[in-house]
Amino acid sequence: MAAFQFTRTPIAPDELRRALADPACGGYAAFEGWVRDSNEGQRVRGLEYEAFEALGVREGERIVADAIARFGVAHAACVHRIGALAVGELAVWVGVSAAHRDEAFRACRYIIDEVKHRLPIWKKEHYLNGDSGWVNCERCAAAPAQAAAEDAAAARHVHEHV
Amino acid sequence: MSAAGGNGAGVGAGGAAPLAGLVLAGGRSTRMRTDKAALPYGGRSQLERAMTLIAPHVTRAYVSVRADQSSDPLRARFPQIADTHENLGPIAGLLAAQARHPEAAWLVLACDLPLLDEPTLAHLVRSRAPQRMATAYRSSHDGLPEPLCAIWEPRSAAPLAAYVTSGRQCPRRFLLGADTCLIDEPNPRALDNINTPEEYRSAMTALAPQATADPKHITVQYYALLREQAGRRDEALVTRARTAAELYTELTQRYPFSLAPEMLRVAINTEFREWTAPLADGDAVVFIPPVAGG
Repeated sequence: MAAFQFTRTPIAPDELRRALADPACGGYAAFEGWVRDSNEGQRVRGLEYEAFEALGVREGERIVADAIARFGVAHAACVHRIGALAVGELAVWVGVSAAHRDEAFRACRYIIDEVKHRLPIWKKEHYLNGDSGWVNCERCAAAPAQAAAEDAAAARHVHEHV
Repeated sequence: MSAAGGNGAGVGAGGAAPLAGLVLAGGRSTRMRTDKAALPYGGRSQLERAMTLIAPHVTRAYVSVRADQSSDPLRARFPQIADTHENLGPIAGLLAAQARHPEAAWLVLACDLPLLDEPTLAHLVRSRAPQRMATAYRSSHDGLPEPLCAIWEPRSAAPLAAYVTSGRQCPRRFLLGADTCLIDEPNPRALDNINTPEEYRSAMTALAPQATADPKHITVQYYALLREQAGRRDEALVTRARTAAELYTELTQRYPFSLAPEMLRVAINTEFREWTAPLADGDAVVFIPPVAGG
């Protein structure tokens, strides 16, 4: 299985999980990101992901390779949906298998955090009230200082949990 | 109509005051450590460049000088208005001009704006609101009025004099509190002023492409918000921009991009690169808006 891929069709986590199975591994950790029905007080009807795929695949492969090297896990993989998604659908999946649970959890957390920060992928939310907007682009363009403050807060949050 | 002046240029419709030009060259250039008005750009001094730019838009163009600069050869070539107040900064030049010709509106230009271009000046003159106190650009850096590339109407003279009498001298704050018509810059770097040798070198680099760089064929792909604002997914273009930063500046003149370059990253040929990385013929460039995966 490819370390990182984009897909336009629904993600099937069971198949992805089987590809990470290994008799040498005693632990498997996964993260699933789902489309939520609200964001920052707005009711979300659905969303659209758009990616710069050529660079995104390279960057995604680097993230997974980094995680394997850094945490010494046996296998890791990540799949990100692109296109139109409805509330409740699976947007991103990360799976890691390792000898022990601790490094599996940590590598899984690392991959999803880096994917959110570095991957050239954009999310347009469609709201119940008929509006839509590119997340992190349209609000932060008006308030860059606030976005920077939120980034700093997010960085602290990650630090506390890793 | 009170169309004073000869050629009719700068006379607005509907009874607007005739527009005269004032290039401010009375600064002390302390941080530059050399006379900013004399700095060369493309073979001529900044003062000559500013006087040439302003001429087509005004009935007559003057250079604003300190009293002790009037015989300086660079400044002596042009009609002058000497400051009557000392140590007031740029506002002194405007006060002296308004006192000399109270019937005129003044198109005021600082002489340390090497990136100022003809479209930016023409847009200001076209956008003039003669019934207001002034028409000025809103800075692309901080959103505040730019007093030194602005049109000051005759009606601003009395409040400006009172403002100075009350001990204040910041023309930007004056415009902020006055009835000022604020407009957006068509070219966000046009009003970058230069005060230090470093800023001068940076301006020279920004100006160099028009003068020296060969045209390059570049493809650009647009994603997400930039795709929507450009109204296209990709394009092939020919540019003299030498870096991705210069290319983005060029594109912001063509498309209504709302994202400042500080918010974006750049990829060249499918790798993240620095904004200052040089562009080569055949490069594929992608500007990357703030990402939102997961």
